[in-house]
Amino acid sequence: MHREKEAVREKKQHDEGIGWDGKTLREQLEAVEDQTEATDHYAGFEKLELKQDNPIQYEQMFSQLRGDLVSAREISKEVAATPIVEQEGELCYGLFTPEGDSIAVSTGILVHIHTMSETIKFMINHDYEESPGIEPGDVFVNNDTHVGDVHACDIMTLIPIFHDGEIVAWAGGVNHVIDTGAIGPGSMNVSQASRFGDGAMYTARKIGENLSLYNSWLKDYPDNTRTPDFLKLDERTRMTGCLMIRDAVNGMIDEYGVDQFKRLSREAIEDGRRGFENRIQKTMLPGTYRGVSFVDALYEGQNNLTREYADENHLMHAPSELHIREDGSFQVSFEGANKWGWHPYNCTPAAMQGGIWVMMTQTVIPNANVNDGAYYSCDFHLPEGSWANTQNTETAHAYAWHFLVSAWAPLWQHLSRGYFARGFREEINAGNANTSNWMQGGGIDQFDKLHAVNSFEVACEGTGARYVDDGEPHAAAIWNPEGDMGDAEVWERTEPLPFLGRAVKPNTGGAGRRRGGSGFESMRTVKDVSRWLLYNMGNGYMSSDSGLFGGYPASTGYILNAKDTDLKERFENGEDYPQHDMDPGSGDFESKIDGEVTRRPEAITTPEGFDDYDMYLNYLRGGSGLGDPLERDPEDVLSDIHDGYVLPQHAEDAYAVVVTKINDEAQHNSAVQGEFELDEEATERLRAEQLEERAEKAQPVSEWYEEECQRIHNEEDLIDDVKKTYESSMRMSKQFTEFYHEFWKLPDDFKFTLSEKAEKSLENRFKSGFKRKWDNHTKGHETWLNVGRDDEPQVPYTWSADRSIQQLPDSEATFETQPAGATTDDD
Amino acid sequence: MPESYPREIIEDLVDDNLEWNELHDMMSSFKDADRFQQVRDVLQERVEWDDPIVLPYADHLYVVAKSEDRWLIKCDCGHEFCEHDENWKADALINVRDSEEEYREIYPKDMHPHPEYMELREFFCPGCNTLLEVTNVMPGYPLVHEFEPDIETFYNDWIDEPIPTPEGQSA
Repeated sequence: MHREKEAVREKKQHDEGIGWDGKTLREQLEAVEDQTEATDHYAGFEKLELKQDNPIQYEQMFSQLRGDLVSAREISKEVAATPIVEQEGELCYGLFTPEGDSIAVSTGILVHIHTMSETIKFMINHDYEESPGIEPGDVFVNNDTHVGDVHACDIMTLIPIFHDGEIVAWAGGVNHVIDTGAIGPGSMNVSQASRFGDGAMYTARKIGENLSLYNSWLKDYPDNTRTPDFLKLDERTRMTGCLMIRDAVNGMIDEYGVDQFKRLSREAIEDGRRGFENRIQKTMLPGTYRGVSFVDALYEGQNNLTREYADENHLMHAPSELHIREDGSFQVSFEGANKWGWHPYNCTPAAMQGGIWVMMTQTVIPNANVNDGAYYSCDFHLPEGSWANTQNTETAHAYAWHFLVSAWAPLWQHLSRGYFARGFREEINAGNANTSNWMQGGGIDQFDKLHAVNSFEVACEGTGARYVDDGEPHAAAIWNPEGDMGDAEVWERTEPLPFLGRAVKPNTGGAGRRRGGSGFESMRTVKDVSRWLLYNMGNGYMSSDSGLFGGYPASTGYILNAKDTDLKERFENGEDYPQHDMDPGSGDFESKIDGEVTRRPEAITTPEGFDDYDMYLNYLRGGSGLGDPLERDPEDVLSDIHDGYVLPQHAEDAYAVVVTKINDEAQHNSAVQGEFELDEEATERLRAEQLEERAEKAQPVSEWYEEECQRIHNEEDLIDDVKKTYESSMRMSKQFTEFYHEFWKLPDDFKFTLSEKAEKSLENRFKSGFKRKWDNHTKGHETWLNVGRDDEPQVPYTWSADRSIQQLPDSEATFETQPAGATTDDD
Repeated sequence: MPESYPREIIEDLVDDNLEWNELHDMMSSFKDADRFQQVRDVLQERVEWDDPIVLPYADHLYVVAKSEDRWLIKCDCGHEFCEHDENWKADALINVRDSEEEYREIYPKDMHPHPEYMELREFFCPGCNTLLEVTNVMPGYPLVHEFEPDIETFYNDWIDEPIPTPEGQSA
C-alpha cells in the first residue's frame, strides 16, 4: 500500500494524472469515448490481438477473473447476517476499467453491472481525482439513485486498484440492505412523496483511505438505519469481496504483466460487444418489436401520506419498443411513458439500463461473457421527465422495481417472438411475474430491539410459461436469478412474524396451453412486538405481465390482513385457525378466525400498526401463460388441481376441462383438499362447444374498432385515473399524441376531460422542472439526453403551496423578491 | 454442440415430443446454425397448404409468400389475415373481458385486474376460432402491432439465402 501511494505521489509531483501514460482519469474517459465513437469498436479495439494471437491465455485470464468474482460473492456473503444476503444472495461484484466499464461480473443481482459503472463515471466526470482524490487504499460508497443505483437500499462499495502509480481497475460490490432509515421501516418504504423520505443517501462518498474507514463514517451511517448491526456486517461483506477481487487482480498482474491485464480489460469489453451482436444475429430477427405494460400505484385515501398532493392514484404507462438493427445492436425506446409521480416507484436511467441486463443474462447472453460490451450495443431512448428518467433529484425511488420490472415485462415477449421466428422454441418464455407482495415493516421486535424487516420471500416467484413446458412454480424472481423463498425458520429468527402456513397458491400462474408457474403464499402472525408497523406492496388493479400466443396474464394481488383476532384463544383451545387463503372467494379464512378482517383487491398499503396475534397474508405472484388454454392436455389440468396450481372450479371456465370430485378427504401434493377424476367425453364435448361459443360471442375487430372510436371520442366509460394517464403521456410525447389521435381518428385538438384534481396533479408535476444530478454527462447518456418534451423548465426552483414553479423574471431577481407562497418543507 | 440437429430431433421439437432432458441439453448448448431452415422445412410439411413459409410469425401464424414480393400473414388453418407488415389483429375476432363476471371465469375473487383499469382483449382466428393472443391494456388503448420483421435484411444479410417464392425460386 505504501509503495503504491508513493508511486502516485511521484506522478502528481510531475503534474501527471492517475490514468494511463500520465493522463488524468477524465482525459482517459474522454479518449475511450472518442475512440469508441470514431471506430464503432470499444476503445478503438478493432483487433482483438490477445484473443487472436493467444486464445488460450485470453480465456484463462478471463475465466480466472470471472471465477474470482464469483468466489468473492460466495465467500463474502457468509460474512453477512441478513437472510437477504446470506439466504437470497442479494449481492454482486464487478471488475471495472479505470473509466468505469465493467470487464467481468459475478453472479447475483446483475442490475448493478451498470449502476456501479455509472457511479464510477460520475466520480470521474465530476473531478473526484482532484477532490476528494482517488488514491490507492481509498474506499467509496454510493447509494444515490441519481448517480447510479436503482434505489437507496442497494449500497455499493468501490475501491480503486493501482499498479505503479496508475489506476488499472475498480473493484465494486453491492448488496441490498435491510433498512436505510427511510420515513417508514424496511428498505423500500412506500409512503413518501419525495427523495427526502427514501432514506439516507450517500452520494459517491469517500469513506476511507489506506483501506481503513474514516471515524466520521463509522460514527455516521449506523444511526441512519434501524438495523445498524446488519449494515455493519453488510459493509464488511462488501469490503471482503472487493479486497478479494483486488488481490486477484494484483495476482494476475504479477503473473501476466500489467500490459497484458490492460489489454485483456479492453478486449474483454469489445469481445462482449461483438458477442452480443453476434448472438442476436444468430437467434433473433431484425425488425421492430412492440408491447406495452402498466402497473397501478393507488394512493387515493391512503393513511400516513407525507403530503396532501400525494393523495392520488398513479398508473404507470410503459410503451416498449425494441428495434433490432441490421448489425444486431438494439435500440430500446420508452417513448410515450407518462410523467413521474409523487410515489417511490420512479426510475433513473441507471436503473432502466441496468434492468435490461438482468433479463439478457437469463436469455440471450446466458454465459460468463457479460459485461458493458453489451451496453455499447444498446441505445436507450428514455424520455426525460418521465417515470423512466425523472432528471429531478426530488423524486422518490425507494421501490423503483415496482415500475422497473413491470416496464421490462414486454421485453420477454419481444425476445420470444424473435426466438419463435428463428425456431428456437426451447428459449421462449411468456413473461415473468410482477414480483410483489413485498412484506415490510418494523418496530420493537421479539428481542426488545428497534428492528426492521424486509421479507425476501419475494425472491421466489412463479416464472413465465415456456413454449415447451409450464413455467417453473415458486422458483426465482426475475431480478435475482438465484433467489429462493428462504427457510421459514431463518426468517422467523430475524422477523417476529411466525409462519402459520406456507403453500403453493392456486391460479396465480396465467392460464394457457402452457401454464404460468405458480406463486405461493405465507400466512404470518405477529408475536412479541410493540409499536410494530407492516405494509403491503404490489400490483392490485392491473397485471403488468402479459400472456403470449393466447396465454393469459398472471393473477393480480390483493390484501388480506386481520387484526384483534382470537388466534391466541384458538391456540390455547387447540382449535382450527387459518393457515392459507387458497380461494379468496370461499370464505374459508373468515370461517376460522374472529377479528377485524381486511380483504381488498388493491395491493398497496402505507405503514400501519399491527399487534400480537394479528395476521398478514404474504402472497407472491405467478408467471404468465402461453398458448390457447383449450389446447392444454386435460390430464395436465387434472394434475394442476391435485398439485394446487388450479382451483377445481376454474377447470371448466378457463380450460374447458370437466372433472368430478371422487373423494373429499384425499389430499395430493398440495394444500388443496380432495381427489378428482377427468371426464374425457364431457371434456371433449365442452371444448367443441366453447370453440363455437367463442365465435358467437366475439365480433370482428373492424366492428369493435368503430364502436371504440366513438367511445373514445365521447369519453364513455373511462375513469379519471385512466384519462389522466393518457393525458400525461400525451403531454410528455408528441409522437404518442399523434399515434393515439391517428389510431382512434380523433381531431388534432382532442384532449380528455379531466377532473379539477387530475388537472392540478398534472400541472404541479409538469411545472416542477428538471433538477439534474449530473453536471457533466458521458457520451453514453446522449441517447436519452433531451429526449421527450422540450418545454420542461430547467431552472433553480422552489415552490409555493400548490408547488407551482416560480420563474425568475431576470438575472437580477432572487426568489426572495418573488410573491411569497406558503413554502413547505418536505418529508 | 451439434452444428445441426438430426431431422427427427427437430421434428420432435416441433411436434412437442422431446423429453425434458433433451430440451435442457438443447438450452444449454450453443445454438445450431441451421435451426431456422430446419424448423421452417418441418413446418412446411405439417401445414396443409402450399404457400411457402417465409417465417414462423407466432404460434399458429406464418408469414407466407404469395408472389415474389407479396407476403401475407396466414393461420395454419388456412385463414389469411393481411400483408406481413400490417397488424393481423385488425382482421381477427375479438372478445373483451371488462367485467367482474367475465374476469371471474379465469381468475379467483380479487386476483384479477379491475375492469375500470384494465381489460383483457382476446383475439381469435376467424377461420378456426383458436385464441391467438390475449392483451391486457388500459381501456381505450390502441391495438398494439407487436412484430414487424425485417425479412429482407434477415434473408439477404443474416442468413444469406434467397427469400422463398411460390415458384420455389429466389426473389
